[in-house]
Amino acid sequence: MAKQSSIFNMIGPVMIGPSSSHTAGVVRIGRVAIRLLGVIPEQAVITFYNSFARTYEGHGSDRAILAGLMDFKTDDKRIKESLQLAKELPLHYIFKSVGNASTLHPNTIKLELKKNDKQIEVIGESLGGGVINIAEVDGFVTNFSASLHSLLIMAEDVKGSIAFIANVISNDQCNIANMSVSRKGKNKMACLAIEMDSGIKPTTLMYLKALHWVNEVIYVPDIDL
Amino acid sequence: MAFLFNSFLDWKAYSVAHSMELYDVVLEYEQDHKGQSAEEIMKGILRAYQVMCDAVKTGLNEEMKSRSGMINDGAKKVFQSPITVLSPEFQKLVARALAAKEVNSCMGRIVAAPTAGASGILPGTLVTLQEIHQLPDSVMVNALLLSAGIALIIQEKASLAGAVGGCQAETGSAAAMAAGAITFALGGTVDQQFNAVGITIQCMLGLVCDPVAGLVEVPCVVRNASAAAIANASAQMALAGLDPVIPVDQCVEAMGEIGQSMETRYKETALGGLAATRTGQEIAKKVLIQDIDILPDED
Repeated sequence: MAKQSSIFNMIGPVMIGPSSSHTAGVVRIGRVAIRLLGVIPEQAVITFYNSFARTYEGHGSDRAILAGLMDFKTDDKRIKESLQLAKELPLHYIFKSVGNASTLHPNTIKLELKKNDKQIEVIGESLGGGVINIAEVDGFVTNFSASLHSLLIMAEDVKGSIAFIANVISNDQCNIANMSVSRKGKNKMACLAIEMDSGIKPTTLMYLKALHWVNEVIYVPDIDL
Repeated sequence: MAFLFNSFLDWKAYSVAHSMELYDVVLEYEQDHKGQSAEEIMKGILRAYQVMCDAVKTGLNEEMKSRSGMINDGAKKVFQSPITVLSPEFQKLVARALAAKEVNSCMGRIVAAPTAGASGILPGTLVTLQEIHQLPDSVMVNALLLSAGIALIIQEKASLAGAVGGCQAETGSAAAMAAGAITFALGGTVDQQFNAVGITIQCMLGLVCDPVAGLVEVPCVVRNASAAAIANASAQMALAGLDPVIPVDQCVEAMGEIGQSMETRYKETALGGLAATRTGQEIAKKVLIQDIDILPDED
C-alpha cells in the first residue's frame, strides 16, 4: 500500500467547508506564511492563480486565506467572518486574480506579506484533501508540505554545509523526512527546506543561527497544532 | 504487522484468522501506523461523530444561504414539509443529509467523510439510524471505524476524489461507507455488511462530477440526500440476504475502471454535464470572478 492514509483522513478532517482544497488547504498555506514572516501581517497582497483565480470567492478561499493569516485553524468557525475580522485587526488586504500561469500548479496562491520592517513572499499550492506544498519562499524553491516540523535555512553556499546541518539536526535526535536545496547562482545564497519527524530544541536552533555562514533560520512546527 | 486495507476478501480473512471484529482490524491499523492508543482513536472518532451531529442541527436550525444563492435553506424546507412521501423517518433522513451538506456549502464546520463534497451522507444516515434504533454512541463509533476501513480499500483500489473518479468516488464511496455502517449496526453478518457496500456501489457507479460554476453546491447537495437514501435501500437489501452477485471487491474495481475512463470534463472541472448547461453557464458567469489578468500563452 503506497499511501497508508490515517483513518482520520477517511472520517475527517474536521474542517470548515466547502472544499478541502479551496478552504482547508488555503487556511494551512496562510498558517505557514505567518510562521515564515514571524508575525501576523499588517498588509497582504494575495494573488490567486489559474483555477483559484475565478473560483476563490465562490469557494470562500478569500476568507480562508485571511483566516490562515490571522492564525485560525482549519476547523475554526470564525473563518466565515474573516473578511470582517481582518478589517478590525487591521489586516489590510488586496486580492488579485491571474489566469493562464502555465508554470504554476492549478491551485496556486502568492502571498506578499508585510509588517513594519518584516516582509516575505510565499507561493503555496493546494494539492487536494487539505494537503499543501509551499513551493517558494522569497524566490527560493522550497517544496515542503508543512505536515511535519519544517526548518528553512538560508545560508551561504559553502562546501559541506548540508552535511554539517544534517549532522547538527541528527544530534538533536531529529529524523529528516524530506530535504530540498535550492540556490540563486553558484557560491551565492542557498536555501535548505528540511522536514523532520519531530520538533527541534531551541538551543539547536540558536546554534544554527549563530553560525557565521548562516543568514536566517526559520522554524515551522506542526501548523495544525 | 497490522492488516493493510487492500481488499474486502483479505479483510474478512484477516479478521477470521485473528478472531477480530472488522472494526478492530481498523483500530489495529490506525494504532500501528499512527502510534495512537485505541482509546485516543475512539475518542477522535466520537468527536468526529459529534461534529456530524452538530452539522445536522446547524443545518436545520441556522440560516443556510450560500454566497452564490444556489443553496437556500433546502434542508429546513424538507424537514418542515407537510407532505410526507414515505414516512416521517425518511423525510428526516433526507432533510438531515441535506442539512449537513448545506452547512459545508455555507462555510460551516463539517467532517469530510470521506470528502467535504460528500459530508452530508454519513451524518444524515447515522443520526437517523441512531434515533430510530436507540443505539449507544459506542455502536456508532464502531460503525464509523468500519466505514473508515471501507474507505481505505476504495481509496486503494479506486479513488475517493471527484477530480480522479467523478462523483461516484465521493458520494458513491460515502454511501457505501454508510450502507456498511448501517448493516453492521443492525447486526448484519460480515458478508451482509460487504454486500451492502457492493450493492451501494452498483447503484452509484458512473456518477459524474459536474458542479455548476465549480462550486460544491449543485448538484452536490441533493446528491448527498439521494445517496443517503440509496445507502439505506442497500442496507435493507443486504440485511434481507439479497446477493449482489458481483463480489464487493470487483464492484470497487469496476468503480476504479469507470473512473479511469471517465472524460476530464466530468471530473470536477465544471466543463460538462450540469455545469455545461445553459443555466449552469449563466450562473457561472454571474458568480465567478471576471476581473482577472490572463497571462499570454507561452510559445
